Amino acid sequence: MTAAQARPAGRLSHAPLLGMALFIASESIFFMTIVVAFIALRPAGLATAKQELEFTKTLIFSLFLFASSGTMTIAERRRDRDGWVWLVVTGILGLVFLTGQGLEYVRLLSTGISPAAGMFGTTFFTLTGLHGLHVLVGLAAITGLTIASLARRGRVTAVGWETVAWYWHFVDGVWVVVFSVVYIGTLIG
Amino acid sequence: MSATTVPTTTTAPTLWVRRPAGAKWAGWLRTVDHKEIGVLYMGMALLFFVFGGLTALTIRVQLAVPENHLVDPAIYDQIFTIHGVTMIFLVAIPVLVGFMNYMVPLMIGARDVAFPRLNALSFWLSFLGGLLVYFSFIAGGGPDAGWFAYPPLSGHTYSTGQGLDYYILGLAVNGAGTIVGAVNIAVTILLMRCPGMSISRLPLFVWMTLVTSFLILAAYPALSAALVMLFVDRHLGAHFFDANAGGDPLIWQHAFWFFGHPEVYIVILPAFGMISEVIPVFSGKPIFGYRFVAASSVAIGFLSMSVWAHHMFAVGMSDAENLFFSGASMLIAVPTGVKVLNWTATMIGGRLRFTTSMLWATGFIATFVMGGLTGVSLAIVPIDWFVTDSYYVVAHMHYVLFGGVVFGVFAGLYYWFPKMTGRLLSERLGKWHFWLTFVGFHMTFLPQHWLGIEGMARRMWTYPASTGWGTLNMLSSIGAGVMTIGTLIFVWNLLVSLRSGQLAGDDPWDAFTLEWTTSSPPVPENYLTVPVATSRRPLWDRKHPDMKDPS
Repeated sequence: MTAAQARPAGRLSHAPLLGMALFIASESIFFMTIVVAFIALRPAGLATAKQELEFTKTLIFSLFLFASSGTMTIAERRRDRDGWVWLVVTGILGLVFLTGQGLEYVRLLSTGISPAAGMFGTTFFTLTGLHGLHVLVGLAAITGLTIASLARRGRVTAVGWETVAWYWHFVDGVWVVVFSVVYIGTLIG
Repeated sequence: MSATTVPTTTTAPTLWVRRPAGAKWAGWLRTVDHKEIGVLYMGMALLFFVFGGLTALTIRVQLAVPENHLVDPAIYDQIFTIHGVTMIFLVAIPVLVGFMNYMVPLMIGARDVAFPRLNALSFWLSFLGGLLVYFSFIAGGGPDAGWFAYPPLSGHTYSTGQGLDYYILGLAVNGAGTIVGAVNIAVTILLMRCPGMSISRLPLFVWMTLVTSFLILAAYPALSAALVMLFVDRHLGAHFFDANAGGDPLIWQHAFWFFGHPEVYIVILPAFGMISEVIPVFSGKPIFGYRFVAASSVAIGFLSMSVWAHHMFAVGMSDAENLFFSGASMLIAVPTGVKVLNWTATMIGGRLRFTTSMLWATGFIATFVMGGLTGVSLAIVPIDWFVTDSYYVVAHMHYVLFGGVVFGVFAGLYYWFPKMTGRLLSERLGKWHFWLTFVGFHMTFLPQHWLGIEGMARRMWTYPASTGWGTLNMLSSIGAGVMTIGTLIFVWNLLVSLRSGQLAGDDPWDAFTLEWTTSSPPVPENYLTVPVATSRRPLWDRKHPDMKDPS
């Protein structure tokens, strides 16, 4: 047995990270499929999109989500001290984003834009809704990590923190794509 | 890992090891052991195989004679739909995932999979998904738009019942289980190999499993996304696939086949892996061109992601698209041909032992080559236009899925059954099983090529006597009857051998790989001491220290 073939000690402790990476890859295909459908059907809904979407307001709410990736990184670095505080901040930023999305939904629905109303409603609510659900799952993971790190301070491994962080960054990254396709795309298209 | 309290059973072994008396059934519900979860998957596959088989027989009875009105046409739609859904999602995938679960940790010298509890979750999601699909029959009628559920037929306008809704929910839940399971298996293979088990020494079944896991991760999410869109269309009145509102039903076809074609390779690659284990052992030789077998699977994996629209030649794509997907589909025959070459070259000059397992493996090669050739013919656009949605396609698909996947699985089952249970399957019954199935299979599906060319459409409920298709259809139905007898013999063999089959011992086949070094069935956590892979054939090395495998 050569050194290269020997199993590095503790390699298995990284299993959750590798698992999360593979899961994220898989999730990317999921979103890619919906995004491609959105782009293919975009012309049919573009006029409504131009009329109804509020670019600036959504951009501001998006900044909260983008910022939350930063606070997540800070939380990870300070996991042995007050990392949980930064987790709470991250969660709040995520909640603000979701609130913004909720307000937008209420506004659109009140003006008669729904998934059934036309192609814009169909594609918009499906794509942003699926992303919103993923944010919700991310928030659940952050809540779980916060509780675990408080209950057993220092016992949650670095890999555990990183695994949750990766998922959160992924959710954030998906929004970069969705925001570009839906909002910037409408603005320039 | 230490050799603590594990008893080494050399005589009558208990099935799938351990567990205190009294906890037998509850134990199956809460187990997180990879071997038991593997058995659960296989049990699930067997259960649904009964339903899939009965629906197949109903189809053959209905089509045996012209102008038959035995089955109501609306029921017939549900029958062929549930037959396809069952065989693909609830039989082929679970039985293969079952083998992966059971064998991969053993073959790479690991104690279990990377995430045992997640593994249990995968199984129960997969099983629950299957139950959800079948619940539609209790709720008022099964899905009836074919297994690929093309809109607008699957939309709320034409599928007014709840059958399609259970199809959507069931396959989404089932798919989630499959995706999570693939993550688990891939991490296991990448991180849990025993000392010496480098990637270039992985048994080929493990190699194929790894490629399959990546394919699952790449393909299944497209199905989930398509199902979400169909669900939104049906329940929120959305218009993804509604051409009247600017939607496009072809988006479903693209998304479905982006999943659906890799799916074909997801189920065939593990079967390739099984016979790549079986053929060398029963030829008494190492596999010919190990690296080619492994590398060609990776090539197949990549290519399989770029051929999906060959299912859509008839929808009117541009010439450029037709050309691309036609070319890519023909290209995939190359790495597949490489494999066939490797298997036959392994057999040439070997000391062949035609055990039942080996019979299935050689039957696999013969049948799969025929299915592969009709596949290449279907990749030629004009031919596809001519025979699309005809019995020619049905014949092709059963040659690769039944003649390929099922034959491969039987090769694997006869080979590994003694490892799982400690007892051999009866070779005498096994040979009856093989020959009846082999003859019955070709009798059933070979005539369907001609029926298709003569214009018999797949899914047609009945046909007029004036078509002259009666004789070939009758022949096909008799073949199905012969296969049924073979299958009943197999079930009998299974039951008898489980109770009183010949004791196998650790290594009944004079095999090469690690799983045969532990007891049959394996002890909890698989090995008493951490095994070491000294080459691609570690057990050979132990038995022949004077001529070790150089790999």
